[in-house]
Amino acid sequence: MTTTEDGILIRTTINGDPTTFLASQRDSLLEALRERLNMTGSKEGCNNGNCGACSVLLDGRLVNSCLVLAAEVEGARVDTIEGMAEGEQLHPLQRAFLEEAALQCGICTPGFLVASRALLAENPRPTEEEARFWLAGNLCRCTGYDKIIRAVLKAAGEMDGKR
Amino acid sequence: MVSTEKPQYRVIGTSPVRPDGVDKVTGRAEYGADIKLEGLLYGAVLRSPHAHAVIKRIDTSKAAALPGVKAVVINADFPAQASGDLDLGEGRANPMWLVDNVLAGSKVLYHGHAVAAVAATDLHVAEDALALIEVEYEVLPAVIEVREAMLETAPVLHPELRTNVRARGAPAAADRPTNVALHMRVEKGDVAAGFAEADVVIEREFTTSQFHQGYIEPQNATAFWNRDGEVTVWTSTQGAFSVRDQVAALLKVGVGHIKVVPMEIGGGFGGKINVYLEPVAALLSRKTGRPVKMWMPRADVIRATGPTSSTFNRVKIGAKKDGTITAIHAYLAYAAGAYPGSSVGAGVSCATAPYSLDNVLIDGFDVVTNTPKTAAYRAPGAPASEYAVEATLDEVAEALEMDKMDLRLKNAAKEGATNAMGQPLAKIGAVEVMQAVKSHPHYTSEIQGEDIGRGVAMGFWFNGGMETSSSATVYQDGTVGLVLGSTDIGGTRASLAMQLAENLGLTMEDIKPQVVDTDTVGYTAVTGGSRTTFAGGWVAYDLGEDIKKRLVDRAARIWSVPVDQVRYEDGGVSGPAAEDGSARRLSFQEIAGKLQGSGGLIAVSATSRRNTQGAAFAGHIVDVHVDRETGKVSILRYTAIQDVGTAIHPAYVEGQIQGGVVQGIGMALNEEYYYDDEGHMLNASLLDYRIPVANDVPMIETVLVEVPNPGHPYGVRGVGEVPIVPPQPAIRNAVADAIGVKLYHTPMTPARILDELLPRE
Amino acid sequence: MQAVRYARASSVDEAITMLREGGETARVLAGGTDVIVQARERRRHIDLFVDIKHIPELMSLTLDAGGGLTVGAATPLYRVYGDAEVTRRFSALAESTHVIGGTAIQGRASLGGNLANASPAADSIPAMIALGAVARVAGPAGPREVSVADFCTGPGRNVLQPGEFITSIHFPARPAGSGSAWERFIPRNEMDIAVVNAAVSLTLAGDVVTEARFSLGAVAPIPLSVPTAAEALVGRPLTDATIAAADEAAKAAATPISDMRGTIRQRKHLSAVLTERVIRRAVERARA
Repeated sequence: MTTTEDGILIRTTINGDPTTFLASQRDSLLEALRERLNMTGSKEGCNNGNCGACSVLLDGRLVNSCLVLAAEVEGARVDTIEGMAEGEQLHPLQRAFLEEAALQCGICTPGFLVASRALLAENPRPTEEEARFWLAGNLCRCTGYDKIIRAVLKAAGEMDGKR
Repeated sequence: MVSTEKPQYRVIGTSPVRPDGVDKVTGRAEYGADIKLEGLLYGAVLRSPHAHAVIKRIDTSKAAALPGVKAVVINADFPAQASGDLDLGEGRANPMWLVDNVLAGSKVLYHGHAVAAVAATDLHVAEDALALIEVEYEVLPAVIEVREAMLETAPVLHPELRTNVRARGAPAAADRPTNVALHMRVEKGDVAAGFAEADVVIEREFTTSQFHQGYIEPQNATAFWNRDGEVTVWTSTQGAFSVRDQVAALLKVGVGHIKVVPMEIGGGFGGKINVYLEPVAALLSRKTGRPVKMWMPRADVIRATGPTSSTFNRVKIGAKKDGTITAIHAYLAYAAGAYPGSSVGAGVSCATAPYSLDNVLIDGFDVVTNTPKTAAYRAPGAPASEYAVEATLDEVAEALEMDKMDLRLKNAAKEGATNAMGQPLAKIGAVEVMQAVKSHPHYTSEIQGEDIGRGVAMGFWFNGGMETSSSATVYQDGTVGLVLGSTDIGGTRASLAMQLAENLGLTMEDIKPQVVDTDTVGYTAVTGGSRTTFAGGWVAYDLGEDIKKRLVDRAARIWSVPVDQVRYEDGGVSGPAAEDGSARRLSFQEIAGKLQGSGGLIAVSATSRRNTQGAAFAGHIVDVHVDRETGKVSILRYTAIQDVGTAIHPAYVEGQIQGGVVQGIGMALNEEYYYDDEGHMLNASLLDYRIPVANDVPMIETVLVEVPNPGHPYGVRGVGEVPIVPPQPAIRNAVADAIGVKLYHTPMTPARILDELLPRE
Repeated sequence: MQAVRYARASSVDEAITMLREGGETARVLAGGTDVIVQARERRRHIDLFVDIKHIPELMSLTLDAGGGLTVGAATPLYRVYGDAEVTRRFSALAESTHVIGGTAIQGRASLGGNLANASPAADSIPAMIALGAVARVAGPAGPREVSVADFCTGPGRNVLQPGEFITSIHFPARPAGSGSAWERFIPRNEMDIAVVNAAVSLTLAGDVVTEARFSLGAVAPIPLSVPTAAEALVGRPLTDATIAAADEAAKAAATPISDMRGTIRQRKHLSAVLTERVIRRAVERARA
């Protein structure tokens, strides 16, 4: 980590790629991703940890990127929505969200996908109640959650079945 | 699905994956705030800490001098505006008020009212600059409650405002300052005679809080005012043309010099029609010669963009022993917020619309208050007035000892009957929906357990028609480009492509829809009013008819046969048998491949202004549990039944209904604006403005009743808005059933319910 | 975000030095879920964040041989409720940490941060008070210990002196026959600030309560210890009447205000309701 008066050079790993970027010491991880790195898949919905639209994984753990300083990710591993599909293949959760019509406007979708991925990593076959509890920090105003929860449970079934 | 007279469709009624889907699950879709341009500046807005104050002085010099700051603007930077009338599609705006809402003029009228804006090289610097702007205020008393604002003694927001009386028989307004902008009236029959006939008369008063649309994407705008005078605005909006027209009016620039590029939109629900940041970003760009990007912090979204009206509604219903409603009299007062123009008109029109009545009198009042200027929100105006009527009706049913659905069925609106405005009703599904409610296993099941209750309520919404334009091009590989002016807020690329595919006998995947800017397609009204699948569908149908006709012409030329011997059928053209006896047949793909060699590709365009949209009816059933110790309501089971005309994409129709229901649950239980005594809005966060979270709600069962709209080639009715109407009364009626406590205010928070349950103090 | 610098400490001593050099506008950064928002919204003047998450002992969670529990001040909450032994023995703590914010908040937020933030409605503080927790503090004048019950001095205010910070929270071993429970009331089912929260830890010998510690949150300027509720139970057999007496004592101890999150009447009433609920659940656990 190299710091100047305001700027800071950060070395990190994003979606598996070693990445070095210059940010302001005032930047949140979300701001750095969006405005410095042009990775705009993580969304700003509230900028204070209440909506989950900016969800990313930090060293494998689900966090709100609006509540992480960019400087904090020096030496860490960050995983965002941009790294969820592998090659030509969508992640099973991404496929399930499309097939189950789990998005309308789509602004909360990246956050839900990242959070759901973290859920299934920890609990491969969640119940409806467990999925709703885990995702309570991710707000969706369009769908009423019904089809999102169905998509998560469907993807869980598919992924667990292949294990 | 309950269907009547539905033709066999190939594409309509299936649920394919939307064309924009992959971009939205991979993070590639570009929403307004995602834009990046060379030389981009960042804008930020200073907002009023007071609910009502005169701006005595603004000094922006220190802010302007901060390194990195490129421009500061205030209201005086806008051209002066005279009173006027702009059609926004869902609602109207007076540019004289609108400009002062965008940046406050001589007064600030609500906490969070924009006062000045800054553009800087970095957002952090822009925010630093806001802290350096000096504003001297003379604080005035504020008025928040609609009934208080109507009092003669209330603080006056606009000294020049007089009541516009549009009520036959009502006294003319006094020529004195008032907060009552409008008194309107709808009258049919003779309510006095109707009440005289009644065996039961029940009169109740209701209040509702302000509710915010709660879209997850904050308002945003990026503008570039080029030095040749051409302005480009990138924004997340429900109506690119509406934004263009508002920006043109506020900046006094011809619409031909403004191009609005609609980005993907992260929810709107009516709240992304009015402009807030767009004209400000344009002004900042003009001053700097650089593109300026702005987006609102969440607190600004809640404090300064359109919530609904708070309302006070009195409803009086008279009925005979057999359930016939003899008269309804309603008094509806809606807070417009800081400037005139609430949705009380729609509240008046919808209040009694599910029922055919002989005697109706409804007075509506539009009242300004020191709260944010209201904006459209999903069936704007309808939830509050219909809540009051549906809740009172439940008490009528109770007094008559009548089944709640029997009472409603007895009075159901039917084709040919007239509504409260005296207009005859077209084919509508009110009776079908009510019957589906009454026979649904949810309604007929036994309630098991203590403190559990069931409620029902109906809902009505007009749906919109209005203007839509599109064009289409047949490509040589057999696909069809479909150019849309309607921004896609929840799957309309799919629902419109499906209708064109149906007409051409193709698959949805053969159609390539794209949403384009205002320079690239004909005028298209907002995505709102549940109009897009209806009106866009009509245009898609017209485009399909035109394409088919031209393909028939082309096939006739290719085959050298008379046009009248060629038919378009089953996704291709067929002609008379050839001389060797073989069938003349070209699939769509085959003839598309021959277009370039036979006269060129086919491009068509169409515009529709039809207003044959057909109304929407919904009936909801809900079971709730009330915790008597805490006053908390849990939604145990929810069934939403709705006449959807024809479900083009059933999964998306279900999604619209489920989303509307859960927004309505939020209104019923926990969403509200909380003000202190000075009018400060205190809960401007998604923590304290409590929209439902994933584990607040169960799965929402939907029943799609299909009564095709005769005014549409595929029977489409709008579906998006009406599902937000019944939840408030249905849940209120269920709470009454569960614990015997009748509430007259929404939201029914735990504190309010507990207040009723605890012993009187 | 206000103008702020970021520094990373790798030891307690280094953090002490950084904070001393930073002066009064330097703040410790643990999970950041409160302090980053405060800095962004300019509610507090902060010009230096000292990140303490790279100090190994501050990220630890240790159950010692004697049955005591020590949680590093910056250890994320998911590791607290995610530990089966913590959940079994320190149930109130697990219950409270499992519902602070959403899952993503729990990936970052910490006990030290929740305590230092000193919100009257903080969810984990009543659980810590009921479990008799002690905050271990480091600073320029050397380490010291402060009972969590004595830690908060007002909304957003605490006993920390300039340059001091919490290094860990220590929970004493649980006597045999003990149980604890925590519950809050919120309008939604998640993602809310408590209208009231309540915790109890109690020890049973047969049917008699030998020890009890109660705490209530969001009913006073600081999370409250409620010794009067304990007095209503301790030394007495557990009956509906003694439980009701404890409920009433809790209600009497509550001195709430009315604000946008709740009313005085509601909070007084809920103090009794939640106290009853946590007693009954703690008793079940003590007997299990």
